[in-house]
Amino acid sequence: MTDHSNLTSHAEAYEARLKKRYRAERRFRAYGMAAIITAGMILVFLLSSIVYSSLPAFSHHHMRLDIEVSSDYVSADAPEQGNYLGLVRSALRDQFHDVSGRRDKRALYKILSIGASDEVQKRVIANPDLVGTRLSLDVPLSDDIDLMLKGLIDRTLPESDRIVSDRDLAWVDKLLAEDRISRKFAVALFANGDSREPEMAGIRGALAGSLWTLLVTLIVSFPLGVLAAIYLEEVAPKNRATALIEVNINNLAAVPSIVYGLLGLAVFINFFHLPRSAPLVGGLVLALMTLPRIIIPTRAAFASIPPSIREAALGVGASRTQVIMHHVLPLAMPGILTGTIIGLAQAAGETAPLLMIGMMAFIVDVPGDVTAKATVLPAQIYMWANNPERAFVARTSAGIVVLLTLLLVVNATAIYFRRRFEKRW
Amino acid sequence: MSTSFLFLCLLGLGSFSFLFGRRRIRALSGAVSVKQHSRDVYHGSFVALCAVLVPLIVLLTWSGLSPLLLDAMLEDFLRRQSPDLSIGEMGVLIAKVKAYSVGSLPEAFANDLIRNGSDYFAILRSNSNTARSVAVILLALGGLAYGAGKLAPRFTARPAVERVFEVVMIIASAIAILTTIGIVLSLIFETFRFFDKVPMMDFLFGLSWSPQIAIREDQVGGSGSFGAIPLFAGTMMITFIAMLVAVPIGLMSAVYLSEYANPKLRGIAKPGIEILAGIPTVVYGFFAALMVAPFLRDSGADIGLTLSSESALAAGLVMGIMIIPFISSLSDDVINAVPQTLRDGAAALGATQSETIRQVVLPAALPGIVSAILLAISRAIGETMIVVMAAGVAANLTANPFESVTTVTVQIVMLLVGDQEFDSAKTLAAFALGLVLFFITLMLNVLALYVVNRFREQYD
Repeated sequence: MTDHSNLTSHAEAYEARLKKRYRAERRFRAYGMAAIITAGMILVFLLSSIVYSSLPAFSHHHMRLDIEVSSDYVSADAPEQGNYLGLVRSALRDQFHDVSGRRDKRALYKILSIGASDEVQKRVIANPDLVGTRLSLDVPLSDDIDLMLKGLIDRTLPESDRIVSDRDLAWVDKLLAEDRISRKFAVALFANGDSREPEMAGIRGALAGSLWTLLVTLIVSFPLGVLAAIYLEEVAPKNRATALIEVNINNLAAVPSIVYGLLGLAVFINFFHLPRSAPLVGGLVLALMTLPRIIIPTRAAFASIPPSIREAALGVGASRTQVIMHHVLPLAMPGILTGTIIGLAQAAGETAPLLMIGMMAFIVDVPGDVTAKATVLPAQIYMWANNPERAFVARTSAGIVVLLTLLLVVNATAIYFRRRFEKRW
Repeated sequence: MSTSFLFLCLLGLGSFSFLFGRRRIRALSGAVSVKQHSRDVYHGSFVALCAVLVPLIVLLTWSGLSPLLLDAMLEDFLRRQSPDLSIGEMGVLIAKVKAYSVGSLPEAFANDLIRNGSDYFAILRSNSNTARSVAVILLALGGLAYGAGKLAPRFTARPAVERVFEVVMIIASAIAILTTIGIVLSLIFETFRFFDKVPMMDFLFGLSWSPQIAIREDQVGGSGSFGAIPLFAGTMMITFIAMLVAVPIGLMSAVYLSEYANPKLRGIAKPGIEILAGIPTVVYGFFAALMVAPFLRDSGADIGLTLSSESALAAGLVMGIMIIPFISSLSDDVINAVPQTLRDGAAALGATQSETIRQVVLPAALPGIVSAILLAISRAIGETMIVVMAAGVAANLTANPFESVTTVTVQIVMLLVGDQEFDSAKTLAAFALGLVLFFITLMLNVLALYVVNRFREQYD
């Protein structure tokens, strides 16, 4: 071995090492890129699969039913007390003359949703003159027939493997041939409360419950949170007591939400005997949970206001409270509102603590105040997700789409506030 | 008068007092040549506070405590009528009386005792209501008169108002402490009652969890066992799977976004990952239970694996997805906090960018990253909806991620949702589990804080 060849091998080794190092560099970058792409694909897949599975819930198949509103079933004087179920059934029997026998008739009634008679009832109560006339009305079909028409139940399967029988199929085909079936926007999804029948179940009750709950949360947590933040950031002497409060607040922000549910159950319901399932209790629990999430960004908003503002105000003779109320608070408002909105958006999507205090109940009525029994949108989604009926899968996804849209709007508002009003010092 | 009506009355009276006080001080100051101490607004506010503050406190306290008092008096009344009822029967009777008094119990279910109780309860309630209304209104008018009498040009209204303001602020800050005390006390109190029924050692170290209680004395297998080890093991397994997903993806995307990405990619990817953080957990639960779990089960069946449809794997994977933004945004912050001079120094020595990151930036950011991971673990342990919807209910002690396991949070929900009686070991067990959960997450948070404070390098 000469020096020269030694040098070459050094150079070669160096080249080889450099190549290896560059390969490692490229690999590392690729890992990073892969991580981001994975996260992105998961997000896209999650959202698109939920939106896709929600689509069937936004429409529903109806059939045009010719109804003889005879006074045997309904009297024009008291349309509220009519036998609308019987009315619809007789209309259905007229439509299918050839169906006889109790069993067949019972099967025939099942192709319509139980919402069909409600529809007729609504129509007749609104206009009692209809009694004695012939009415042609689109009434909702049952969820199984609807799924079949949407292609979600495969009609080519052998009869024993599907919910819709051959007999049902024949009836539906007859209706299709007579051009009596139409697909309409599912108004029930937004107009109704909860129901055992998927085609009649709607989110209105849950939305109202969510609004009442969040109203309580806002009324309780916003003033308390802002006042606490003002005190800790602007007024309080820096001593052990305030340090303790600070540590406390940071810890509260990290306590699992279900623990707040246990607190609500033990304190508000078992001790104070407040009503179960009520937006009042739900709102209070969420308020305690949201409080640290308002205090922390509010303090940050105060801290970002330059001291010169305070000094100038003090200099012209303002008291400490006047400095805060007249100068610091208005300047910090955009930051405070952004923090509050984001905190409330989190509260709006929260489910676990509300399960503890009974806000997971089957409630048909739309709640009218904060002590009525109610459920909230995420809890409604949870209940629907647990329902074994097939049509509820689409219903659940539709509920999620509504929830996500609302949260998106709310968060976009927060971002708008921040962009529009935030000052850079 | 109802609570909300009284509340509105106070609001109206407060506004009136404010306007009245402001007018009055103007008139008083106009008549004399003394310089006024406080501005008109403060005099108005002072009168309004005098009129509203005390009645408001009375109203809130009365509304909070009178139901308790009324219940106690009703129970006393019913006890005198029929002294030999058990505590449970008494509870049912009270519930019936109340239901009857609001008309939600049909006449057919009522008996004389219920009717009497209901009448008595109605009288109690109307008396309490009247007394409350009278007290609140008298106090408000008295306060108004007192406040108005104090007004004078030299009266120091501003400091008085500011003192009240400060006290209100201190109370608001104390709510945070009260919440913590409330959590700890309510959990500990119920947990001690639980340990009266089930020994603590059986709970913490028992290997079998089947929390049913006997309906009849001689029921087979009705004793129930409350050994929480399977729950802890299940929680740990799901958390571990979640971390296997979240830590590499979260950390690598944070590294890439802060070290490599151009502003354009950063502008898209960062908010995109944060959208994941804004999705409610119930949505992840639905995704796990109805999309990921069936997919895993079917693809497992294709390659000859048997997966439970409530496998720990599905819940863990989706929980990992939920945690990704948590890890990535926290790590992003600490990586950005590493000073640029360190990177420049490494580059000057000839290190490639990835060598700089691996050997300089990440070690410098390590305390922050470790603390982020600890916080993420605490978040995963406390997460409820994903596991309630996607993990199992049966407590299996297994290390196989394809089987169904259950977690602490799932069991809390299962024990408390549905019909419950408050004194059974079953209900109390939920509080004991809650205390364990609270304690562990608290420890993790404290540890995370400690790691940052103890090992962080100060570069400035």
